[in-house]
Amino acid sequence: MKTIRLPVWTDRRVEDLVGNLLRSGVLLAALVVFSGAVVYLARHGGEPADYRVFHGEPNQLRTISGILREAFSFQGRGIIQLGLLLLIATPVARVALSIVGFAAERDRMYVGFATMVLAILLYSLFGSS
Amino acid sequence: MHIGSLTVWELTILVWIGSAIAGLLGSLTGLGGGVVLVPLLTLFFKVDIRYAIGASLVSVIATSSGAAAAYVKEGISNIRIGMFLEIATTLGAVLGAFLAAKVSTSAIAIVFGAVLLYSAYLSARTRVRLKSDEIPDPLATRLRLNGSFPTPEGIRHYFVRRVPAGFSLMFGAGALSGLLGIGSGAVKVLAMDQAMRIPFKVSTTTSNFMIGVTAAASAGIYLSRGYIDPGLSMPVMLGVLAGSLTGTRILVQVETKWLRLVFSVVILLLGAQMIYNGAAGKI
Repeated sequence: MKTIRLPVWTDRRVEDLVGNLLRSGVLLAALVVFSGAVVYLARHGGEPADYRVFHGEPNQLRTISGILREAFSFQGRGIIQLGLLLLIATPVARVALSIVGFAAERDRMYVGFATMVLAILLYSLFGSS
Repeated sequence: MHIGSLTVWELTILVWIGSAIAGLLGSLTGLGGGVVLVPLLTLFFKVDIRYAIGASLVSVIATSSGAAAAYVKEGISNIRIGMFLEIATTLGAVLGAFLAAKVSTSAIAIVFGAVLLYSAYLSARTRVRLKSDEIPDPLATRLRLNGSFPTPEGIRHYFVRRVPAGFSLMFGAGALSGLLGIGSGAVKVLAMDQAMRIPFKVSTTTSNFMIGVTAAASAGIYLSRGYIDPGLSMPVMLGVLAGSLTGTRILVQVETKWLRLVFSVVILLLGAQMIYNGAAGKI
């Protein structure tokens, strides 16, 4: 019989993975935001900046599909917004990873708790618009 | 120089510097940078409070996740306590984000001012050390919340108390976070340290760990409502991140007692100004 060696999922290991995920998520988001800033400032740096009156962002910077489209057509504001979206997604990914970790530890109660948190986060990200 | 006539370049640089200072002071004093960001943007840069809250929320996710990465690895924060209480904070955050659209901007400014005054009071007051009980609480045991953490004297075990009270406070903390775009770390620590009797070090690091998830729960709603402006959020996020990372590096060498006092006074003044401007209908 073939033995499959699975990595041991201890709290310690999950904590290490979570730590790495958070760090790389923030780093990646900051890099994308910075790249967007370079494009945005190069093109619009000299224009007047005014945030005194609230207009709300246009549709293409409010939805995930819109942001992706703007970013891939190399719009500075779209790239920045993609970075911010990655940043918002980092804690969401952390919660998803925790579900995997709790499941591997056969902790059904905490799989349930983490799933509830993930559902609330996904609702906020996708369901509220 | 009139603040209303800045170019994008000028605004980006000034906001970046302001945010970096806020992030640095926030991390050195442990009070978080988010709490001064919104007043900074609304009072000095005359930014509409909705844009300010959106930008602040994003920066809160960045600093929380950045700092949490370190603490989680040290094994101090309690992942189970965090996950369980995040049910309360994320539900609260969704409620707060919905309230933000219903309530007038003046009312938001007044609530913000009140939270600032309270934070100043909390940080100026000397913290009462509570002894944690030796008898385990049945509910906390059932929820597997009791834990341990490494100290220089060896592993220290602790028992969690008063879970329902802590859970309710966390819902409130989440609602404030969603309404005002702050991490509301002060309320989270209050819930864990004072109500649930979790050791202070575990409370602060677990709170930090939870702030990112809580902020993400309202950030999604803010994004889809068009409150998150890339041009403004970019210098805020990059500035706060740079400031708070620098802060965690130099934390050991600085005498934080005076800094805390000065920062408390700044928060107090900003709080009074927010309440005044809100009441006068200027925000």
